[in-house]
Amino acid sequence: MDVLYFAWVRERIGLPKERIETDAENVRDLVAELSARDLRYAAAFADLSALRVALDQDLSDFDASLDGVREVAFFPPMTGG
Amino acid sequence: MRIAVQDDRFDLGEESQRFMADIVAVGANSGAIVTFTGVVRGSDSGDMVAMEIEHYPGMTERAIEQITQEAVQRWSLADVLVIHRHGRLTPGEQIMMVATAARHRSDAFEAAEYLMDYLKSRAPFWKKEMRQDGEGAWVEAKDSDEDALARWD
Repeated sequence: MDVLYFAWVRERIGLPKERIETDAENVRDLVAELSARDLRYAAAFADLSALRVALDQDLSDFDASLDGVREVAFFPPMTGG
Repeated sequence: MRIAVQDDRFDLGEESQRFMADIVAVGANSGAIVTFTGVVRGSDSGDMVAMEIEHYPGMTERAIEQITQEAVQRWSLADVLVIHRHGRLTPGEQIMMVATAARHRSDAFEAAEYLMDYLKSRAPFWKKEMRQDGEGAWVEAKDSDEDALARWD
């Protein structure tokens, strides 16, 4: 699946997008898998309450299943307007 | 209904006129048009040179579409316009615009406020304040933004 990062999450991890092969069942598992990979991920995902997640471009939550999901995006709370 | 996510500037007068002309063209019986314009503020300390706005292409349009659909279902609206810019903007520049048309003004005002509240916290935009020295700071979401949404529950 494609994993996208925005704003300070993108800066902390150091890339906007990557392709990941994973068996993670839900978002929380994917976060754990990524955090175990590298300190940059661990730093970006240190506080999940400061993050939002979108699955296939719909806002979702960290307990949501990744079954059939093609695009996951992580970002801080939005500040539009 | 028109949604535009763009880096280009837009002309407030032209957009307002076009919005009104479209309503007249469809023969809608609208007596009230509300327009709101968001402008990039300078920082309190005065050292902000630009606001950089990042967005999530694809999801942004989709999120705004959902927000406007909800507004249309909730109020009796003849038309809605949302323009939101991204990229590098300087203080004083227009960042976004919302327009609503309704038969009566209360619908037009309330729907415009609803759209504004939801655009702030549910459309995937992130702002970064850039200083003179080239350093930047991400604007943090405020609790009051979430509180603003709660009033529409």
